[in-house]
Amino acid sequence: MSEENQNPDLTDDEKRLFADLMPEDLKEIMDSGFNRRHFLKLMSIGGASVLAANLLGAEQVLARPLATEQAAATAAIENGVKLSFNINGASRSLTVDSRMTLLDTVRERLQLTGSKKGCDHGQCGACTVIIDGQRVLSCLTLAATCEGKKVTTIEGLANNNQLHPMQEAFIKHDGFQCGYCTPGQICSAVALLGEAKKGDASYVTSNIKQTGSAQQLSEDEIRERMSGNICRCGAYPNIVAAIMEVHSGKPVDQHFNFAG
Amino acid sequence: MRPFKYTRATTLPSAIKELSGNAQSRILAGGTNLLDLMKEDVERPEALIDITHLPHSAVKSLSQGAAKSGVLLDALGKNSETANHLLIRSQYPMLSQAILAGASAQIRNMATNGGNLLQRTRCPYFYDVAMPCNKRTPGSGCGALEGFNRMHAVFGWSDKCIAVHPSDMAVALAALDAKVLAQNEAGQQRRLTFDEFFRLPGDAPEKDNNLQHGDLITGIELPASNFADHSYYAKVRDRSSYAFALVSVAAGLQLNGKQISDVRVAMGGVAHKPWRALTAEKMLKGKEATEANFKAAAKAEMAAAKPHEYNKFKIELGERAIALALTNALNYGS
Ligand SMILES: Cc1cc2nc3c(=O)[nH]c(=O)nc-3n(C[C@H](O)[C@H](O)[C@H](O)COP(=O)(O)OP(=O)(O)OC[C@H]3O[C@@H](n4cnc5c(N)ncnc54)[C@H](O)[C@@H]3O)c2cc1C
Ligand code: SF4
Ligand code: FES
Ligand code: FES
Repeated sequence: MSEENQNPDLTDDEKRLFADLMPEDLKEIMDSGFNRRHFLKLMSIGGASVLAANLLGAEQVLARPLATEQAAATAAIENGVKLSFNINGASRSLTVDSRMTLLDTVRERLQLTGSKKGCDHGQCGACTVIIDGQRVLSCLTLAATCEGKKVTTIEGLANNNQLHPMQEAFIKHDGFQCGYCTPGQICSAVALLGEAKKGDASYVTSNIKQTGSAQQLSEDEIRERMSGNICRCGAYPNIVAAIMEVHSGKPVDQHFNFAG
Repeated sequence: MRPFKYTRATTLPSAIKELSGNAQSRILAGGTNLLDLMKEDVERPEALIDITHLPHSAVKSLSQGAAKSGVLLDALGKNSETANHLLIRSQYPMLSQAILAGASAQIRNMATNGGNLLQRTRCPYFYDVAMPCNKRTPGSGCGALEGFNRMHAVFGWSDKCIAVHPSDMAVALAALDAKVLAQNEAGQQRRLTFDEFFRLPGDAPEKDNNLQHGDLITGIELPASNFADHSYYAKVRDRSSYAFALVSVAAGLQLNGKQISDVRVAMGGVAHKPWRALTAEKMLKGKEATEANFKAAAKAEMAAAKPHEYNKFKIELGERAIALALTNALNYGS
């Protein structure tokens, strides 16, 4: 079966989303499926942020549960641990295998696939999430330890279709290529803002004994504080520019220009 | 990962009781080392006792009145809160620097002070269960001795194991004469100096330290510091951040005019435990704080080093790192 002819099988949520974002396309989508042509059309709608807003909204509804919670729960769970926690503002209760990491739980059980598994060993930062205001690695966090905690993943940063300023800055500065490290980079950068406000130090802070006030970070400081997030595509200069813009509250020049 | 029973401890004594009851149980603190090793099948606990929900405060002043006195770091305190605590930044800046030189912001938010001391070596043969390693499987041999041993020890090793202790925090703690507080099922509190706590590999490299199963680290005590004005933690690694040390040096100077009245030098990345550079310290005491004296002391310290095929570079690197740390300690903040 060719991609063109696949029945899109849209849910009510999806119909509402498409009706919202691109009413003129909805009928065609219903008739012919959400094919590559439409994707390309989306790309040409306008600025990158329109695209990102669309993709972001679309991802939320398209990422609908593949397997129901019920089905997952009946899969072999050893040493089950009952768990209640808050994820992106919603309370969730589930039983997890004691071995289950928070990363696998959000991806496989809660269908929040924004957080990425790069290494699964604490070495890359792609799985970074924010727990009770602190950035941590979800691949080295057992879900069982999250009882009563408040977890924020990349899916929880935007306010409906209003992106978090850090997300907007990453788009403006093209802070990614393949995008695999990006959810972790953005969660990490959002938490970094809070740490700088508190006056936290880093290894490159020039005088660690000077305590107290909020930090105005240099590029070197941002690089050191973001060193736990590896980008295999090497988008670092643009990532630093994006973070600098949000942290300083002042526009930062883009390192690139759009062609023509 | 192999199946294990998970328990959330509600009190410290109940955690110790649970731990003592099963030789195959382990404490779960930040999990940043233990879970990694469980995924690699190096650690195979039957039960994990999660102590992260127990109440604690990262840093307590031990001061009574105006007298200068020490601090108590809670074993459950996070590395990041400890490094950023105002008492630590102002009175033990080399400790803040050492913690912040390690791992990443995310990992430091998870890692605990107790877990940091107990993290295991990063020797690649220890991590690879297909390789011989006396530390992981006593009697199986040491893959690193005749293998790729660039990261390994130059002091205090034995032919059974040449691994190094990977912690940065522990190097500063060694320089600051920290003591480890441990508690067992009988309720006994022990206070161990770093010399009593850590050990060299000898014939039993499977033991990183002198704790017994069932001992829980409750805290780390630091005496009042005389090194706040002149201290530095220097770390040399393959990339400028988020990498373990090839060599690191914690240095502190107490000065009387230009004369060194007291001095501390400890090294990381060179031995099975944080290495106090006692030869260098002895040479420097009473001398003038000059770069020439720093260099001479560094040379004397490293003269006793015994390298392996791939880590001969650690001798000159060690000399330079000691001299650099002392020079930066002398000039810090000015
Ligand atoms: C990618 C990566 C890079 C890193 N880079 C560095 C670095 O550059 N420098 C550095 O110093 N470190 C580095 N680390 C190591 C990190 O600092 C340690 O993993 C961390 O400090 C361990 O603390 P934890 O609380 O997570 O310990 P856990 O993993 O929870 O525990 C470690 C061990 O200690 C035991 N334990 C924990 N707490 C107690 C207690 N109170 N009483 C008794 N037993 C206890 C556990 O049972 C376990 O055996 C790195 C780690 C990773 C993953
Ligand atoms: S150096 Fe120690 S940890 Fe490494 S292989 Fe040899 S015995 Fe194992
Ligand atoms: S996936 Fe967690 S750090 Fe790489
Ligand atoms: S954008 Fe590809 S890994 Fe960072």
